[in-house]
Amino acid sequence: MHSFGYRLNGLLTFAVTILALMCVITSLSDNFNTPSPSAEIKITNINWFQKQPQGHDEVSLTMNVSADLQSLFTWNTKQIFIFVAAEYETLKNSLNEVSLWDAIIPAKEHAKFWIHTSNKYRFVDQGNNLRGKKFNLTMHWHVMPKTGKMSADKIVLTGYSLPEEYR
Amino acid sequence: MGWIEENMKFTNVRKILSQAISLGMVVSLALMMWKGLTCITGSQSPVVVVLSGSMEPGFQRGDILFLYINKNPIRTGQIVVFNDGRDIPIVHRVIEVHEHEDTKEVDILTKGDANEDDDRMLYASNHDWLQQKYIMGRAVGFLPYVGWFTIIMSEKPILKYILVGGLGLLVLTSKE
Repeated sequence: MHSFGYRLNGLLTFAVTILALMCVITSLSDNFNTPSPSAEIKITNINWFQKQPQGHDEVSLTMNVSADLQSLFTWNTKQIFIFVAAEYETLKNSLNEVSLWDAIIPAKEHAKFWIHTSNKYRFVDQGNNLRGKKFNLTMHWHVMPKTGKMSADKIVLTGYSLPEEYR
Repeated sequence: MGWIEENMKFTNVRKILSQAISLGMVVSLALMMWKGLTCITGSQSPVVVVLSGSMEPGFQRGDILFLYINKNPIRTGQIVVFNDGRDIPIVHRVIEVHEHEDTKEVDILTKGDANEDDDRMLYASNHDWLQQKYIMGRAVGFLPYVGWFTIIMSEKPILKYILVGGLGLLVLTSKE
């Protein structure tokens, strides 16, 4: 009952249980954080707007993205993944969400930023419904913890629209 | 070498049987917990190990992800585990969603955070988009490093045999 093997087994079980408990408590501590993020996106230019050879509409645009996401960081945050997506409706699709740009924020110091960028990913429709289309731009963030539960949320910015004609 | 002879004297069948039953109970308990977890999370495999580096720096090889799936529709930004007929499932983020007005079905496009291109090349040859039915679950929780145990076991199967053999030996030679 007191052999080395039993003692080692007991010790290891105890250590693993305590470690698991610590991970759970760490994750729960994130609930005490009340974030107040803000974001602003301005489309500075529609670079081009074409119908592709396969028949789908595609847009290339340049935008200014500024945001302050510092309040989302806690001691248990490893990084925050952010992306900007365009949301719009068409006749055939009740919802379209297309990610235009994303970035990884590794630390709180980098969470307040301003960037002037063209869309990293192609803004292509499943058809040619984009002329004159009104759309929302959403700033999404995904908090990835050092351990435990992940969380995500978004800010929806409305009022954007595409040109009536191809250019 | 006296202890070997003492063990050899154990021909009490009852003792051996009761040990076998204890072992069986432990195995059944583990199986029940696993299946229970499958029911609660709604996913076929509620815990997956990250095998590739395509989601770095967020998820490294050897991390464990907890999955959960419900009827809520898949939306961009969610990290999903999908399998459209491959050997191993892939954990990537959804970057495009198109929900059809009539059927309410969704066309999904995914991409690993650390990859340059989206996953279209990886999908089975006849489709450009993923459907919700291929999604095994959404990642909701995460534990670092714990999955290395599973990776080592599957990449060096000899270790598996050593471990099981060692455990078996331990059971047989225990004096209770």
